[in-house]
Amino acid sequence: MVSPAVNTKKMTMIEGVRNAMDEMLKENEDVIILGEDIGVNGGVFRATEGLHEKYGEDRIIDTPISESGIIGNSIGLAANGFRPIAEIQFLGFIYPGFNQLMTHATRLRQRSLGRFTVPVVVRAPYGAGVKAPEIHSDSVESLFTHMPGIKVVVPSNAYDAKGLLIASIDDPDPVMFLEPLRCYRSNRTEVPDGKYTIDIGRASVLKQGDDISVFTWGAMVMDTMKAIETLEEEQNMSCEVIDLRTLYPLDKETISASVQKTGRAAIIHEAPATGGVSNDVISLINDTSFLYLRAPIQRVTGFDTPVPVYSLEQEYLPSAAKIQAAIVNAVNF
Amino acid sequence: MSEAKHERLGLERQQLQGMLQTMLTARKIDERMWLLNRAGKIPFVISCQGHEAAQVGAVTALRPDEDYLLPYYRDMGMVLHFGMTVKDLMMAGFARAEDPNSGGRQMPGHFGSKKHRIVTGSSPVTTQVPHAVGFAMAGKIKKENFVCLTSFGEGSSNQGDFHEAANFAGVHRLPVIFFCENNHYAISVPVDRQIACERVSDRASSYGMHGETIDGNDPLAVYEAVKNAADRGRDGAGPSLIETMSYRLTPHSSDDDDRSYRSRDEVDDARKKDGIVTFTEYLKTRELLTDTEEKDMHDAIQQTIDEATEAAEEAAYAEAETTLDHVYHS
Repeated sequence: MVSPAVNTKKMTMIEGVRNAMDEMLKENEDVIILGEDIGVNGGVFRATEGLHEKYGEDRIIDTPISESGIIGNSIGLAANGFRPIAEIQFLGFIYPGFNQLMTHATRLRQRSLGRFTVPVVVRAPYGAGVKAPEIHSDSVESLFTHMPGIKVVVPSNAYDAKGLLIASIDDPDPVMFLEPLRCYRSNRTEVPDGKYTIDIGRASVLKQGDDISVFTWGAMVMDTMKAIETLEEEQNMSCEVIDLRTLYPLDKETISASVQKTGRAAIIHEAPATGGVSNDVISLINDTSFLYLRAPIQRVTGFDTPVPVYSLEQEYLPSAAKIQAAIVNAVNF
Repeated sequence: MSEAKHERLGLERQQLQGMLQTMLTARKIDERMWLLNRAGKIPFVISCQGHEAAQVGAVTALRPDEDYLLPYYRDMGMVLHFGMTVKDLMMAGFARAEDPNSGGRQMPGHFGSKKHRIVTGSSPVTTQVPHAVGFAMAGKIKKENFVCLTSFGEGSSNQGDFHEAANFAGVHRLPVIFFCENNHYAISVPVDRQIACERVSDRASSYGMHGETIDGNDPLAVYEAVKNAADRGRDGAGPSLIETMSYRLTPHSSDDDDRSYRSRDEVDDARKKDGIVTFTEYLKTRELLTDTEEKDMHDAIQQTIDEATEAAEEAAYAEAETTLDHVYHS
C-alpha cells in the first residue's frame, strides 16, 4: 500500500518501468542494462529514455542485434556479481536467445548446487492489439512458465510494473518480465516516488465479487474489466476479477480462496489455448477447490494459430462478447 | 646449439615436468574412465585424449588464482591445472553426490567450480562462449585485471553463439581468449564439411581480434600463443582467437564408433604425433626428465587414480530429496 506520506505521480506503464530501472540504477551500481537501441536512442518504446545520459555507456549498454549474445552475456555478468537487465526488443525476437535461457539461465543454480546464480531480468514487450507486424504480437508466456528455474512476471499497469520490476531486479533468480505492449500507454496509475516492491507470486484482486472468479493478466486485464462492467450492469451479477501478475509461481492461496468463495471460474488470456497458462490455473483449481465448483471452468483464449496481422488481430483476441458469454455460461450453468 | 624453446619462454624444469604430469594425469584418468565404462560401471565418457598438450600449454599461461576458465567437455587437462582433483573427476564420472561439479547431476566433462574459477557449462556446444564475454565485461567494468579463456571445438565455431560472443568481445575490446581446439572432426563430419575458410582463426579478423593457428601437439607453442593473448587482454588490447591443431585419439564418446568415418591408418599416424609422446621426448632429450623421474611420475599418477576410483566407486549417489534443491533460491 502507498503510505500517504509518500508523493505519488500519475504514470503510464512505460514510465513505471523506466522509473523502476532508474531507482535501481541509482541504488545499486551492479545494476546495468543491455539491449538493442536502449542507449542514446532510449529504447524503441522509450523504456530507457534518459538513462544513458544519466548513467553512462558502461551501465546502459547498446548491443549488436544479437539476442543470444545479449542473454548469454547477461548470464556471465550475473554469475560474476552484476544484476543485469536484458531488454529484448519484442518477445517474438527472443528465440535466438531461448537456448541460453533454457540451458543456462534457469539451470546454473541447480547444477552448481547453488554456487553459481543468475540474478538476471529479461524484459520484453509482448502481445497483440497494437497493429504490430508478424511475430511482434506473440503471447508466448507459457514457453517460460514451463522452464523450471525462472519466474514469469506480467504487470498490467504502472504501479504494478514499478513494484514488480524492482522486486525482479532484487530477486536472486532469473525473471522473465513480460510487458504487455497495449498497456504501455493506455492507462495511468498513481505511482509512489522511491523504492517499493510488490511480491513476486502474489496476484491482485482488482474487484471483489460473489458469482464468479475471473483470472487474467497482461492487456486482457483492461478488456476483462470493461467487459465485466457492462455485464454486471445488464445481468445483475457480481464478478471477482483477479490480475495474476505472476504466472510462475502462481498465487495458489488467492486463486483457491476466490474460487472457494464464488464457486465458478473463468480464465482469460490472449495466448493460444493449447499449452496456455490457463491449463495450470485449471489444474490448481482442480487440486485445491474441485468440490467447490458449481460449473465447468471457462476459458477465453486466442486461437491455436499464429497471431494474425493487424487486419485480423481483433478477431483473434478475446473480445468483450466472448468474455461475457463465457461468464454467463458459467453463472447460468 | 640455439636456445631451446622452453628457455626462450622462461619455463623451468619443475614447471615443464608439472606440465607433463598434468597431461599424463588427464590421459590416464580418461583411459581409466573408458575401462570403467566398458566394465559397465560408469555410463558415459567423453575424452580429452589427443588434446592434453594444447590444454595444458594454454592454462600454464594463465593465472588460476585470478583468471576464469569456461571450458568445454574435453578440457580435463585444463580443469586439473585450475585445481580440480583426480578424485573430483572420478566422483563426476560415477555421478556421485560428492562430485563438486554438480553433485552428480550432469554428465562427466561438464565442469564447474566456483572455488576454482571454472564457470559451470552445459551440453549444448558453444553456449559457454557468451558467458566468457559477460565475465570479462564484469571485470572490465570493475577494473579488475583478469582474462577469461573459453574453449570449444572447431565444430562449435559454426554456432551462432561463437559469432555473437566474438563480435561482442571485439566491439567492447574485452579480455577473452577464444580457444579453439581443432581436432578435425565434429563427431564424424570432417573439417572441410564444416568451414569454408582454411582455418577457424581466419574468422578473427571479422571480429577485430588477433587470430592464429598453432600446433596443438606442442604445449610450448600453445603456451606462447596464449601467454601473448593473455598479455594483450590484460593490456586492454582486446580478445584473441587461438586455434590449436590436434587430433582426437578416441571416438567422440563412449557411444560413438569412429571406424565408420576415420581410417585406422589416419588414427595411427596421429598417435605418432601425440603431444604426450613428443613432449616426453623433448624433455628427455634435453635432460629435463630422467627415466626414473618418468617412471615415478607414472606410478604416482596411477596410484592416485586407483585410490580415486575406489573412493568414487564406494561413494553414494545424491539423496532423492535433493532433486528439488537449488532450483530456486530458498
